[in-house]
Parts: sequence; C-alpha cells; structure tokens
Amino acid sequence: MLKINQLHKSYPIGDSSLHVLKGIDLKVEEGEMVAIMGSSGSGKSTLLNIIGMLDEADSGDYILDGLPIKNLTEKKAAIYRNKFLGFIFQSFNLINYKNALENVALPLYYQGMKRKERQEKALFHLGKVGLADWADHLPKELSGGQNQRVAIARALAANPKLLLADEPTGALDTTTSYEIMAFIQQLNDEGKTILMVTHEEDIANMCKRIVRLRDGVIMEDKKVEQVRAEQYV
Amino acid sequence: MFDIDLWREIFQSINKNRTRSLLSGFTVAFAILLFTILFGIANGLQNTFAEAFVDDATNSIFINSGKTTQAHKGLQSGRWIRFKNEDFDYIKEEFGNKVEFITARLYRNAQASFRNEQGNYNLRAVHPDHQFLEKTIIKEGRYINQNDIQNRTKVVVIGRLVDEDLFVKTTALGKYINLSGIQYKVVGVFTDDGGDNEERLIYMPISTAQHIYGNNDYIDQINLTYNPEMNYDEALSFGHLITKKMKERFSVARDDQRAIRVRNMAEGTKAVGQMTFGLSVIILVIGFGTLMAGIVGVSNIMIFIVKERTKEIGIRKALGASPRSIVSIILIESILITAIAGYVGLLLGVGVLELVGPDLKAYFIKDPGVSNSLVIGATVTLILAGAIAGYLPAKKASKIKPIVALRND
Repeated sequence: MLKINQLHKSYPIGDSSLHVLKGIDLKVEEGEMVAIMGSSGSGKSTLLNIIGMLDEADSGDYILDGLPIKNLTEKKAAIYRNKFLGFIFQSFNLINYKNALENVALPLYYQGMKRKERQEKALFHLGKVGLADWADHLPKELSGGQNQRVAIARALAANPKLLLADEPTGALDTTTSYEIMAFIQQLNDEGKTILMVTHEEDIANMCKRIVRLRDGVIMEDKKVEQVRAEQYV
Repeated sequence: MFDIDLWREIFQSINKNRTRSLLSGFTVAFAILLFTILFGIANGLQNTFAEAFVDDATNSIFINSGKTTQAHKGLQSGRWIRFKNEDFDYIKEEFGNKVEFITARLYRNAQASFRNEQGNYNLRAVHPDHQFLEKTIIKEGRYINQNDIQNRTKVVVIGRLVDEDLFVKTTALGKYINLSGIQYKVVGVFTDDGGDNEERLIYMPISTAQHIYGNNDYIDQINLTYNPEMNYDEALSFGHLITKKMKERFSVARDDQRAIRVRNMAEGTKAVGQMTFGLSVIILVIGFGTLMAGIVGVSNIMIFIVKERTKEIGIRKALGASPRSIVSIILIESILITAIAGYVGLLLGVGVLELVGPDLKAYFIKDPGVSNSLVIGATVTLILAGAIAGYLPAKKASKIKPIVALRND
C-alpha cells in the first residue's frame, strides 16, 4: 500500500538547516493501523505530512498504492490528495462558516460530484459517525468530540485508500478520545488503512503497530496487541 | 463555463462572512459615491460656464460708434460718428472671405398689439445673417430673408414670449401685428437659448426699419463673425485691422477709444478656454484622486481577506482543491462584491445629484451629472484594481503548502 525508502527532509532555520528526517524506511500494508510515536521534534508530524502530500521530501522514494509520489504539480497533488487520502487533524480544521453536512460534502465537491449525490453521501457518512441529526449545525455549535467526528466523516466521504490522523485526540478529553478511537478502530475493522501520529501511549496501544521515531530515524517498529477502545466508553 | 456549484460556494462565502463582505463593499461604494458626486459637481460648474459664454457665436466681432474724444485732421472732438449702409457694404467688400456672417443692427422700441393684447418690446432690425450670429432657433415659419431686405417688406419674426403674450387664443404665424400704428405680417416665431430677454424680441428687415423710422440709412451697430478657420492670433489681428480701417474711414484719431469701438469675442474666448481647461484639470485630479483612494482601499481589503482565509485555503487544498479553484473562488467573490457595491455607489451618487442638483443652481452649479460611461468606467477600474490586488495574494495563497496554511492557527 505504502512504501518509503531513504526519506530525507530538512528545514532551513536562518542560515543553517535542521535535518528532520534522516533516512526513513517504512512499509505499510493494506488494512494496517499504525501509530507513529516520538517526542516533539522527532519528525513524526513531518513524516505524516509528506505521506499526506501536504509537504515534500528532499530526497528518497515514496510510493503510494503503486504510484510514485514525486515532483507533483500542485494540480496533480490536489487530485491525488482528493482521491487517495483522508485527513483528520488535531484542531479538526473544519470550515467555520459551513455546517456539518457542507463540511463533509466539501471533498466530494472537489471530486466534481453532483450536488444532490454529494449531499446524500455526506449525510450517509455523518450518520455513520452518529451525527445525522446535527447536519445543519455549524462547528461552533458542536462539541470538540462532535467536531472530530464531523472531520472523520469528511475524511471518509471521499472513500480514501489511506486515512491520516495527526494527533486526532490531542484536543480532546480522555473519554471523548476513546470514543473517537473506537470510531477509528471500527473503520480499521472495515478494512481502512490508518496512519496516526500520537504521543500518547494509551492511544498508540489501540493501534496494531507502533513505529517510534527519535531524531529523525526509526528506532523501533513493532506489532502490538490492539487494545479495544469500546471497553472504556 | 458556468459552474453553479462554484457560484454556490461564492454566495455562501459572501453571505456567511457578512461583516467582511459589507466592509469591502462599503469601501467601494463610498469611493464610487464620492467620485460620482465630485465629478457631477465639477461638471455642473462647467455647464454653468459653458452656458454663460457660448450662447452666441464665439467668433463674433461687434462694431459700435460713438462720439469722438479728440480733435483729428482738422475735425473737432465731440463729433458723432454714425454708420450707414455704405459702411456695412464697405466692410463686407473690404474683408471678403475673412468674414463668415455679417449683419447690421438698428435698435428701436415698439408698442406692439394684436387684437386686445399689447406690450412693449425691443425691436431689432437686421440682415438675414443675424440668425446665425445670434444662434436664433426658428420654431415656426422663417427668418428675415434677402427678399425682405430688397423689397422692404413689412414682416416681423417674433420671439416665443412675444407670441405667448399677444397671441393668446390663436397662432401668430401669418397674422398681422400692429407696431406703433403700422401692420406687419408675422412670418416666423423663434426661440433662443440665451434666456427670456432674448425671446422677448421682435426682428424686422433692416431696410424696412430704416424706411419707416426716419427714412434714412443709419445703422446702430455692425456685427460679424470671422472665418472660424482663423486661429486666435489671426482673429485678434483681424479685429485690430477692422478698428484701424474704420478709424481711418471716419478720420478718427488712432488712440480715440470712444468713436469706433470694436469688441472682439476672441479675446474672451481665450480666457474662457483657459478657465474651462483649468476646470477640466481640477475635475481630472479629483476623479483620479478618489479613484486612487478607492483602489488603495480595495487592495488593502483584498490582502486582508486572503490573509484571513489562509487557513480555509489550507483546508480546501488538503481536501483536494486545485490552486486554480482557490484563485477563482477568491477572485470571483471580490469582483462580485466590487461590482455590486460599485453599482450601489453609482445609484446613490446619481440619486444625491438628482436630489440636490436643482438647489445648487444658486452656487453656479447647473445640471450636475456624470455620464454613465464615465462612472461605469470608474467602477470597472475599481473592479480591475480589486482583481489585480486580489489576484497576487490569492495566487500566493494557492501556492502555500497546505501544511503551512494549516499550521497558521
């Protein structure tokens, strides 16, 4: 599904540059649920952003579903993002003047889907996260957990091959975090490949595999016994 | 290509971000409003100006006679100079094609009556060319013609107000009007842009008047227009030449200011021209200034809007928006707001001018107004400026890596 070879990335800081990723090798199969862990500055978010085509690597190979991701034009990157990837952010990143339904429908709009079809599909995904009754509410009228569920519905709407989550529970309290994790586990059970950045041990243990980064290199990559989130909800 | 979804997105964005939309709209509307009002007032000033100076032909020269103030060539001072038909003919022949139109004038006063109505009017006895000198507009019938001059026919052409005064129940044309005891046939009714006084006049053939009032060939005044192809300097020297020739003809001292007086409109025309030019420059500066202020305002707002929407742009890009769709959504929104606001400003401005325009006549502002093409041009300029001002930041924003935009909390 996803193959990364000797990935390097550095950011310029003043005159010098900060080498964030120092040769990452990573392979993720379809249906996996991977947590990327590491202290801040370890390069975990940078790695996720490169995988998400939100950022570009300096060198190295990245192949997503057989497609080499390299030197993409903005337009092509936009199409790939829309087709292959779903994003879940720590701060939800919903558009504040659009209601839940419109937010979920947005990636479908960029796929060029017809309005009616778009709304039906968006409503279906909102229903899946249990927010069908909240479709016409604005983000500010929803709780943090609800907003993250809207964001998950949005990430799912375009039926992506890979779901990327950047600290999806970072802005939520423990109970809500577990609720969200239960959703994500359910998605994984249904076959979605999920890649998640977190620095919380308990959240990471709810995945099936943990990749630990330190100073830009992978220190440890191991399969773990998945802890189900439902039991805490 | 009409993309209804794109427009839906734009209208939603305008509608949901009302403060932002209203604020940018207000700037544009205000700029156009100011532009319209200032330009309108300036135009009004110019109208007043034009009306005050260009009713009669601007290339006119008036020749009057008076008393001599100096003894010259053995003749005493205090001598009356009076023009006669031969002087009129002399000028006509002497200056040939330098003269465009020429007429003599004889001023009289007449008690006019028709049936029971009567009134006192100024009478001008003239040649046919007078019509063009005075820019008289014939409403009905005809003006004095050469035939009238030759046959001394007893005909008159009356002003619109004379017609209204005397011919209450019937039309004047073809009727006989009584002027101080003599019947004249009304052959024409005229109007004049010069105001009421100019329409309270009666014209008759000069030969008729000379015959009836004294049976002589005196003339009070000779009016002519010089060939319009002459430039300003030629016109001035032509005026001086006439003065010189006429003074020689009547043996008047060169520096005698009274006996022969030549008034050349060319002298005033230049002053008027300069004033009008000055006014146009002021108008241009005002217009340009307001427009610049508007452009700066719109540009600022566009930069602000793009800044404010950076995060939204990042989200849209993460969800698969192409750079092009980002630019178009921002640009179309700004153009739409600018266009609508510009139109509102235009309507308000024209409305204000219509409302207060008539009251401004006392301040030398007549018919203040602006041509539609001008205001539309100004609005289009603002829209273009807004589009250009918005395009650069929008383009830049569309190129930001989404991750940078999203980090910008």
